[in-house]
Amino acid sequence: MKLEEIKQILQCQVLTPEMDLNLEVNTVLASDGMSEILAFHKPGALMITGLTNIQSVRTADVADVRAIVYIRGKLPHEKTVDLARQKKITVLATNLGMFDVCGMLRENGLKGAM
Amino acid sequence: MAEELLKKTFTIFPRNFDKAGENSTEIKTLLKSLNFDPDIIRRLVVVAFEAEMNVVMYANGGEMDFVITDEDIRIDIRDEGPGIPDIQQAMQEGYSTATDEMREMGFGFGMGLPNIKRHSDFLNIESQVGKGTTVSAGIRLNPDA
Repeated sequence: MKLEEIKQILQCQVLTPEMDLNLEVNTVLASDGMSEILAFHKPGALMITGLTNIQSVRTADVADVRAIVYIRGKLPHEKTVDLARQKKITVLATNLGMFDVCGMLRENGLKGAM
Repeated sequence: MAEELLKKTFTIFPRNFDKAGENSTEIKTLLKSLNFDPDIIRRLVVVAFEAEMNVVMYANGGEMDFVITDEDIRIDIRDEGPGIPDIQQAMQEGYSTATDEMREMGFGFGMGLPNIKRHSDFLNIESQVGKGTTVSAGIRLNPDA
């Protein structure tokens, strides 16, 4: 699924507008626990999390995640978004909660990596 | 005896959550520049990152050697800290002695050491309570050899 579609489905704000939303993700890692993301890493995945600190981006980088969706209306600090830019990770944010975000993406055909 | 081809030592500072993990991402950059297989890179960097985070969170600082030999790539990490009283218990998924601060950082869910084991081909932990812990873990480059 293209990031552009994910943006539409979840009504996301795009925090890295200079990045290409035509990129595809085929699997999802959803957790607020970073070790869970690392346990089940798949390259090019979408990461969904409520954790907005700099460790979320470091974890995404280690796990070769392609894009992050921050949930529950939480926005990361600018230095966190800057690190994502450096690592070429697209950053989106939605007001929806974890359950709805996962449910909506699953309904539209995305599957979990765990 | 394996021949050592490259060794780089990193210093790990305690409780510095802003910088935590930078050493491991530097290892990732290094492995990429040496054209290692992406899956091997990801596994070794997960191992290094979890080990580095453990030192940042629990110890009073430490050092991490990143080593490439003709047989394996690995990290040798040693810290000064509280040590691990029961290593077998610490290896169980879900067992954690993390503080609220660690959990707020997204860590301390009892998966750090299990993740190191999951992603490595070999793992050795030695610990002395009140003194510190050494962890050596890595990936064999020729598993059939």
